[in-house]
Amino acid sequence: MEHYTMNLTLKVWRQKNRQEKGHFETYDMKDILSEMSFLEMFDVLNERLILENKEPVVFDQDCREGICGACSMYIDGRAHGPWQKNTVCQLHMRAYKDGDTIVVEPWRSAAFPIIKDLMVDRKAFDRIIEAGGFISVNTGNAVDANSTPVDRAKSEEAFDSATCIGCGACVAACPNSSAVLFVGAKISQLALLPQGDPERKARVINMVDQMDKEGFGNCGNIYNCEAECPKGISVENIARMNREYLGAFSSSEMQTRPNPAKHNGV
Amino acid sequence: MELDAKIPVTELDQKWADYKNHVNLVSPANKRKLELIVIGSGLAGASAAATLGELGYKVKVFCFQDSPRRAHSIAAQGGINAAKNYQNDGDSVFRLFYETVKGGDYRSREANVYRLAQVSGNIIDQCVAQGVPFAREYGGLLSNRSFGGTQVQRTFYAAGQTGQQLLLGAYGALERQVSMGNVTMYERHEMHDIVIIDGKARGIIARNLVTGKLERYFGHAALICSGGYANVFYLSTNAMGSNVTAAWKSHKKGAYFANPCFTQIHPTCIPVTGDHQSKLTLMSESLRNDGRIWVPKNKGDKRRGIDIPNEDRDYYLERRYPAFGNLVPRDVASRAAKERCDGGYGVGTTKMAVYLDFADAIKRYGKIETGKLGMTDTKNETITELGKEVIAEKYGNLFEMYEKITGENPYDVPMRIYPAVHYTMGGLWVDYELMTTVPGLYSLGEANFSDHGANRLGASALMQGLGDGYFVIPYTLSRYMADEIRTNAISTSHPAFDEAENGVKERIERLMNVRGNESVESFHKRLGKIMWDKCGMSRNEKGLSEAINEIKALRKEFWGNVKVSGEILEMNPELDKAGRVADFLELAELICIDALNRKESCGGHFREESQTSEGEALRNDEQYSYVAAWEYTDSGEILHKEELTFEVAMPSQRNYK
Repeated sequence: MEHYTMNLTLKVWRQKNRQEKGHFETYDMKDILSEMSFLEMFDVLNERLILENKEPVVFDQDCREGICGACSMYIDGRAHGPWQKNTVCQLHMRAYKDGDTIVVEPWRSAAFPIIKDLMVDRKAFDRIIEAGGFISVNTGNAVDANSTPVDRAKSEEAFDSATCIGCGACVAACPNSSAVLFVGAKISQLALLPQGDPERKARVINMVDQMDKEGFGNCGNIYNCEAECPKGISVENIARMNREYLGAFSSSEMQTRPNPAKHNGV
Repeated sequence: MELDAKIPVTELDQKWADYKNHVNLVSPANKRKLELIVIGSGLAGASAAATLGELGYKVKVFCFQDSPRRAHSIAAQGGINAAKNYQNDGDSVFRLFYETVKGGDYRSREANVYRLAQVSGNIIDQCVAQGVPFAREYGGLLSNRSFGGTQVQRTFYAAGQTGQQLLLGAYGALERQVSMGNVTMYERHEMHDIVIIDGKARGIIARNLVTGKLERYFGHAALICSGGYANVFYLSTNAMGSNVTAAWKSHKKGAYFANPCFTQIHPTCIPVTGDHQSKLTLMSESLRNDGRIWVPKNKGDKRRGIDIPNEDRDYYLERRYPAFGNLVPRDVASRAAKERCDGGYGVGTTKMAVYLDFADAIKRYGKIETGKLGMTDTKNETITELGKEVIAEKYGNLFEMYEKITGENPYDVPMRIYPAVHYTMGGLWVDYELMTTVPGLYSLGEANFSDHGANRLGASALMQGLGDGYFVIPYTLSRYMADEIRTNAISTSHPAFDEAENGVKERIERLMNVRGNESVESFHKRLGKIMWDKCGMSRNEKGLSEAINEIKALRKEFWGNVKVSGEILEMNPELDKAGRVADFLELAELICIDALNRKESCGGHFREESQTSEGEALRNDEQYSYVAAWEYTDSGEILHKEELTFEVAMPSQRNYK
C-alpha cells in the first residue's frame, strides 16, 4: 500500500446543544496521513482545538471497528462517508487526496434530535425494540438447543438481518427519514426462525406502531437505506416486514387493531 | 480481613447443585420490593438485569453508551464455548473445566470453573431460544469449531460476529423487561461512586453525561458488570470508552482487587501503523483454525510474503508446538511472535509483525468443494475460487475488516498480525457467590477475576459473562436478598449519599480547575507506553520498579498540568475521559505492584526471571499458588492471599508440544 500525506479543508457542523442554532465551522487540516482512520483525523483536530483553548468537536464513537454502531457522521451527503458497506470509524483517509474539502454533518432526522455537534439521540430505536424486538423467553425456559432443527438457508438469512448494528444510517440516508430498514431487519430475523413464530403477528404490529409514533417518515422505495447500510442489510427486509404486517392483519385475532393502510411502512 | 471464598463443602461436581438446593429464596411478593443496581449493559450486565427483572426484582441499569446494545461485548468475534459434545468428539463438562483450569495456568478457582462448565450448555439453549442465529449444518443442527488450547470442537459461533449476536439476544431480553416496567435503563450515565451505608452497598452516584449533573440512586444491592481494564495500555482492542472507573471506585470503597497483573495479550491483531493510532483491531483467534502463522527463515528477507517459497518459511508454532500447532493458547502464541520479531525475523514496514496465511486453507477447501461438485480435471484457478468462497463464508467479515484497515486483500496476500492487549483476567475479587468484599456489592463478567486464572482461553469470555448473568447471580443474589426483605428503600437524602456526592463533585471540579497545558489523550498515551514497554508481554524486576516510579510521576504531572476543555454541566466527552484516565493512572501502579510481587511466570504474566531453559513460562506453585487480592488503604495497597487448592485438576507444567 502506498502511503501519503495530504492537506484538507474540513467543514464541520457545530451546535452547542439542542436549543441553539448550529453552523458550519471550517478547519484547515495539515499533513494528514493516508493510513489514519477518519476518526483519528478528528482526534488530530480535537487535540489541536484543545490546545488552542477551543471546544473539541463532539461525536459518538466507541468500538472503532465497525460493530457497535455508535459512530454516525454524514459526510459529503452520505451516511458514513464514501465507502460502500462501511462505518465512519472504518473509513480511512486513503479515500481522500490532497486538497479535498470534506463536509461533515450529524444524522438529520426529527426522530434523532441533536445533543451536541455531531452527536444525536437515537433512543427511538431502543423504544422500537422494546415494543417487540425479542422472543419472550425467560431464562431457564429453554429446551435443548438442538431439539429444533432450523433450515440452514433460513438461519443464514436470519443472521444477515441480525447483523444490523442499529447505527441509524438508513434513517439518515432516507429523504423521508424512514426507519423501515432497521425495523424490517429485526422483524425478518425473528420471523425467519421457528423460535420467533408464536409472537410474529403481535411483534410486527407493535413495532410498526412504535416506529410511527417516534416520528420516522414513510418509505418512498428509494432504497438509499440499503445503499448506505454499513452491513449491507437488504431492502428485502422491508418487503418481508410489509408482508408480515399485512399477514398479521388478515388474521382474525388482530381485527381490532388500527387500519394497516395508515401506517408509514406499507 | 480473612478471605472466605464460601465454596460449598462437597464433591466438586456436586457443589453447585448442593448450593442451589439449599440457598434461601425470596418470595415473588418480596422481590417486587427489592431494588437492584446494575452497572454496565454488556453480556454480564444485560443478561443479569434481564434475568433479575424476569424474577421480579426492580432493576436499574446504567451504561455510558447511548444504548445498552453498544457495550463492547458486541465486538467479540470468534465464538462461545459450551460442553455440549454435539460433535461426539469426547467433550464433557469435566473436559471443559479441566482445559479451562489448565489454560489458566492453575491460577483460578476449581469450584467456580466447574460451575461455569456446568452451566455452559444452558447458555446455548437460552440463546437459541432467544433467536440468536448461530451457524448451522445442512441438517439444521448447530455447527461447532475449534479454538486455541483445546482439542475438541465446542465453540458455537455466528460467523465472526458471535458477541454481537449474543449481546443483541441479551439486549432484546433486557428491552423486554424495560417494556414490562421491571428494568429502567439509564443510558449515557457513568457511575462515579458507590454509596455504603452501615457497611453495605446501598446505592451509587452517577453522572448524567448529557446534562453533566450528578444523580443519586438507591439499591438494596449493586452489580458491577463494567468489563475489563485493558485500556490502561492506551492501545488495546477494547472500545474507546471501555474503562475501569466503576470497578476502581468500588475498590477504593473496600472491594479487593485481585490479580491485576493478569492481562491478556491476544496474538492476532492488526499491527500498529503510527503515532496517530487510537486503538487496535483484533483478528479472531478462530482464524488460527485455518490460517498458518509464519515468518521468513532468513533475517531481513526483503521479498513479499507471497514470493517467499515454502522452504524459506518458518512456521514457528507448528515447529515448536507440534501437538497444538497454530492453536496453542494465546499467551504462548503471543510470546512466540514477540520472540521471532525481537530476533529480527518480523515482516512489514515496522518489522513488528508476522504472517497469518490462508493460501493452504484456500487450496484445501477448494479441493474439497470440487470433489463435492464431482468436478474432475479442475484448474488451479477454479480450486482457488471455490476455496475463497468457503473462507469467505467462515470469516468474511474479518477479511473485509482487515482490508478496510490495511488496504490489502487477505484472500490474495497473507495477513500481517501482531499481539495486542485484549482482555484482563484480573478484576474485583469475588467469592463463589460473585460478591466482592463489600457486602451487597457483586461483580460479574470480565470485571471480576474469578474464572480464567492467569490466561483466558478463546471463546470463554462470552461463556463467563452470560453464565454469571443468566445462571449464577439469580441464585447467589437470592441468598443475600433473603435477608434484605425487611429493609425499606433508603432515601437518597441520607447523609452517606451527601458525602459520596460531595466527593465526586470535588474531584470533577479539581479536574476542570487544573487548566494545564496537556490534553487528557496525551497523558493516556504516555501511560500506555510505560505499561506496554515495562508491564506488557514480558516483565522483569527492574522494568517494573521503574514503571512504578514513572507512573507516580506521571500521575502527579497529570493533576498539575492536564487540560480539560468545556464545562461541567454539558455533554463533555473530554471531562468523561479525564475521569477515566485519572483512574487508570491509579490502577496502573497497582498492576505493576502486583506484577512485581508475583515472581513467577504464569499464563499472561511472564517474568523473565522465571522461565525454562527452552524459554517457556515457569510457574512456582510452592510460593505463588494464590490469588493476590489487594486492599486499598490511604497508606497504600495491602496484599491478602487466597490460597488455591486443587483437588481434581492437579497442577502440572503446561505442555502444548
